[in-house]
Amino acid sequence: MTPNEIDSREFGESSDPMDRREFLKLIGPGLFIFFSIEDSFLLAQARGYPEDFNAYLKIGEDGRVTCFTGKIEMGQGIVASLAQMLAEELEVPYNSVTMVTGDTRLCPWDGGTNGSRSIKYFGPALRAAGAEAREVLIQLAALQLRLPQDRLVAKDGRVSDKSDPRKSVSYGALTKGNTIEKHLEKKPALKPPSAFTVCGKSLPRPDASEKVTGKAQFAGDIRLPGMLYGRVLRPPAHGAKLKNVDVSGAKEINDVRVVQEGEFVAVLHSLPDQADKAMARIKAQFELPEAVADEKTIHKRLMETAGRDNVIENKGDLSQGRELATVKFDEIYYTPYVAHAPMETHTAVAQVESDSATLWISTQRPFGAQEEVAKVLGLPASKVRVIAPYVGGGFGGKSQIGQAVQAARLSKIVGRPVLVAWTREEEFFYDTFMPAAAVKISSGLNASNQIVFWDYQVLFAGERSSQNIYNVPHLRTASRGGFSGGGPHPFGTGAWRGPGSNTNIFARESHIDVMAAKAGMDPVEFRMRNLADKRMIRVLRAAVDKFGWKPAKAPSGRGYGVACLDYLGTYVAMAAEIKVDKGGGRIQVNRIVHAQDMGPVINPEGAR
Amino acid sequence: MDQTIRFKLNNRPVSITTDGGRELLWVLRADLGLTGTKYGCGQNQCGACTVIVNREAVRSCQYAVKDVAGKEVITIEGLVQNGKLHPLQKAFVQQGAVQCGFCSPGMILSAYSLLINKPAISRAEILSGMDGNLCRCGSYGRIVDAIQTAAQEMRGRAK
Repeated sequence: MTPNEIDSREFGESSDPMDRREFLKLIGPGLFIFFSIEDSFLLAQARGYPEDFNAYLKIGEDGRVTCFTGKIEMGQGIVASLAQMLAEELEVPYNSVTMVTGDTRLCPWDGGTNGSRSIKYFGPALRAAGAEAREVLIQLAALQLRLPQDRLVAKDGRVSDKSDPRKSVSYGALTKGNTIEKHLEKKPALKPPSAFTVCGKSLPRPDASEKVTGKAQFAGDIRLPGMLYGRVLRPPAHGAKLKNVDVSGAKEINDVRVVQEGEFVAVLHSLPDQADKAMARIKAQFELPEAVADEKTIHKRLMETAGRDNVIENKGDLSQGRELATVKFDEIYYTPYVAHAPMETHTAVAQVESDSATLWISTQRPFGAQEEVAKVLGLPASKVRVIAPYVGGGFGGKSQIGQAVQAARLSKIVGRPVLVAWTREEEFFYDTFMPAAAVKISSGLNASNQIVFWDYQVLFAGERSSQNIYNVPHLRTASRGGFSGGGPHPFGTGAWRGPGSNTNIFARESHIDVMAAKAGMDPVEFRMRNLADKRMIRVLRAAVDKFGWKPAKAPSGRGYGVACLDYLGTYVAMAAEIKVDKGGGRIQVNRIVHAQDMGPVINPEGAR
Repeated sequence: MDQTIRFKLNNRPVSITTDGGRELLWVLRADLGLTGTKYGCGQNQCGACTVIVNREAVRSCQYAVKDVAGKEVITIEGLVQNGKLHPLQKAFVQQGAVQCGFCSPGMILSAYSLLINKPAISRAEILSGMDGNLCRCGSYGRIVDAIQTAAQEMRGRAK
């Protein structure tokens, strides 16, 4: 299985949620039993990054540095933080770095911009490239300046003699814009955070001024000669079958083109609103499928169709734990479907030629999109170039590229560039929602209000952050079904803003509150009593101290809430004060104090 | 029915012959190539398509182009004067009020209409005035801060 396939298992359009056993079969024996799919994904992704530092950076003759990343910019600020990471190791000024993001022709392969992984996993690869290039530049400078290497220092895009700064050569003069052929056998160490001079600073985002002046290009802002705007007929329900269609009304619009290939019906026009007008005139009849579930029955359906447990963690003996308990709890927590609703709807421009194609796509996965589109067009992936311009919000939902497939098909058919921008209605219809999910928790307390057992099962949210963070002697955590794919859902589901974690944390921390209330304890004190992880205790303490939390027996009726979690190694605690209108139900959030320990921060302004 | 519509766009006279019932948003984006104005919902719900018509913020996705005849239209591309960012644009950059940036043009123009019509504006008035503009990244706090900062600078200039 290639890294891309692993990636598409988690984030792909139509794949079923990956079963742990199937996964183990695919990657072979010899791995320890609780090998997490997340870990394997990350390993695969790390393997996918190239060794050659030239893949990440290019130094121009003028000294300007171009940084290449397969990650995309959708608001999270990597155009600042990755530039900082490269500038730090390469020893160049931050503002000499230009970012090139998400272009499959120019950038190193990447599994996708998701899971808060850009800084954590691409960052080290980029820094390593910068560090190696810097050392090679010092070696080249030593030859040119005829000085021993240990007398030289790299700073601000120059290599200089430590004792005589007049003896100096710029990076641009050393490379003259060429690829650096020399590489090092032994890779230089990365700087420790204590030595950072560029990272750790709130440097300004390079994309901000383009974005406030309207110059920033999103996929829908691409204009190509002869380009048409395409609109594809959408069924009224998922799984509906087209019975018959009358396109004669659409054809009455001047200069409209109508495409009909089986159920694929589309209109194209040189003006987007005229394409809309033509689409509105299409008369189509569909055969509607029987609804499998509604918002009231979906959770029952989830419970009935969930497959086998994937055991995430197992410790002690649950039956022994049950015997130790003086109070037992059994609860089920439900979460609904939630749309991503980015401000920019899914958009793509496709320019398909006879043996190649170029696409501009609002996507979080340019390399995944390249493969998907290539398959649809019957071209080798190397002949398809995908460029992700600025993306107007993604939140996981722009891992799917249905709009690009539509644009590519249409461009191939009409022989002209085609822009497809989903309407807001289409955005909601084709979205891969955060899945409706359920979490069943059985737990117990002893007479000292310590959690003695914890039996946790999450259905259809995925395992992320399902791992218990409290000090419990007997526990089992299991997950059934992932967050991606169709499965029992009536429409697509997928990664959504911290996929899995949102459901798992809501369930676990709510359950902790239920137990604290039964124990007659303050929710913070109850957590402190049951936490052993010193780092988590510090983070929680930081949040509640700043908040000014005064202990009170739960439920206190004050409108205070607290939660803590471990999101892929980042520790978070929040304390909130809300006001509830008990008559009308209106909720007003007064303040939230958020403490977070995510390790070294590259750009504090971006982290805040 | 095609008709010729004359108006002022970003301080320049413009004349366009088209179906006057078409929405201003698409005429700006497709016919005139001003892509800074964004489509977000097409239903007057999100504010991404906001432009200024005769000093008032309007939703261009629900505004017929014939209705701008003889009027002054300002889009995000028209806010920069003599190569200098407008105080609102500057404040959005400096306060980090821009993330994905897709709502930013509409946010800035909604704020522009608020501030030119009421320079001494309170935070509460900004909040209610910006109620129709959505941001999905979660920059609301910084956006309001940026508008307050810009309001101060604009008042200072006016004195």
